[in-house]
Amino acid sequence: MKSPIRSLATLALLIFTAAVPAALAIDAAKSTVTATFRQMNVPVDGEFTKLAGSISFDPAHPEAASARIEIETAGFDLGMDDYNAEVRKPEWFDSARHPKASFVSSGFKALGADRYLASGKLSIKGKTIAISLPVTVRREAAVTVFEGSLPVSREAFGIGDPGWNEVLDDSVSLRFHLVQPR
Amino acid sequence: MPPRYTPAAVGLHWLIALLIAGGFGLGWYMTELPLSPAKLKYYAWHKWIGVSVFLLAVLRVGWRLAHPPPPLPAGMPYWQLRASAWSHALLYLMIFLLPLSGWLYSSASGYPVVYLGVLRLPDLVGKNKELAGLLHELHELLGWLLLGLLALHIAAALKHHFLDRDGLMGRMWFGR
Repeated sequence: MKSPIRSLATLALLIFTAAVPAALAIDAAKSTVTATFRQMNVPVDGEFTKLAGSISFDPAHPEAASARIEIETAGFDLGMDDYNAEVRKPEWFDSARHPKASFVSSGFKALGADRYLASGKLSIKGKTIAISLPVTVRREAAVTVFEGSLPVSREAFGIGDPGWNEVLDDSVSLRFHLVQPR
Repeated sequence: MPPRYTPAAVGLHWLIALLIAGGFGLGWYMTELPLSPAKLKYYAWHKWIGVSVFLLAVLRVGWRLAHPPPPLPAGMPYWQLRASAWSHALLYLMIFLLPLSGWLYSSASGYPVVYLGVLRLPDLVGKNKELAGLLHELHELLGWLLLGLLALHIAAALKHHFLDRDGLMGRMWFGR
């Protein structure tokens, strides 16, 4: 037996999903988020191997787009075990107390062609900072690819032992390549 | 006075010797250190030394081709001449191969070599953890090989100086 409340709820859900583009999960295996930092002027890449997220994006209504990306800081891979162990320590990511970093969008603006400006909140190590970053959106055969990069200050998020500042730049370049199946 | 190498050749020999001693000592010490900013610095310096040795080695071989070395003392037995020719050929090879293997190892590890913190050298191979492990072992092996050759080189020089007293060591010093 169908309850009227259930029918109403279904109807409301239908209207809601029609108005707001559905948020589709990104393909974590094909997506990459890379941090490039500079030590004594040597650029070194580290990859965040554990990420998840969903994006809703309709090219006809870019202003309605939204995104939510989560990264597990314990999945940061610098290619060397001792480095990987170091960056999980409390002075750096403090992965035990702050396992996740996230970006949650609050606005999306078309900049022309395939370029957009996403604004939102970047949270790392328990600190949240409002940011905006350029995003390029490319529609391929079966997927949509979101790409961009942004500089992140380690100091702003309290990442790093000050003893390292002599050899390690404060600014880290965060690069993302997010693949979303359609 | 015995014939000597040209001052440029002598200078290059001792400069490379000094850099190898420094690079070897640093390489030995730094790998044992736990991760720290100082360790990173030592690695950078070690790489700069290696690139310098490589550049000087190119210069040195070029110079040698244009300026043949002075003759060896007369009366050296044939086996010693052969041993000398071979050990020197291997020493020359090592001053190229050791920096080159280090450069390859650095590239495979995903850490580009930036000479003196200014000049970024191209990556010879892409980032590859397994290859990096192999190249690390190769770099170490070549280091041991160079150490063995240097021990032989120094022992032979001392033998000529103190036992044969043939003035051979004077060829590799400055003077008229």
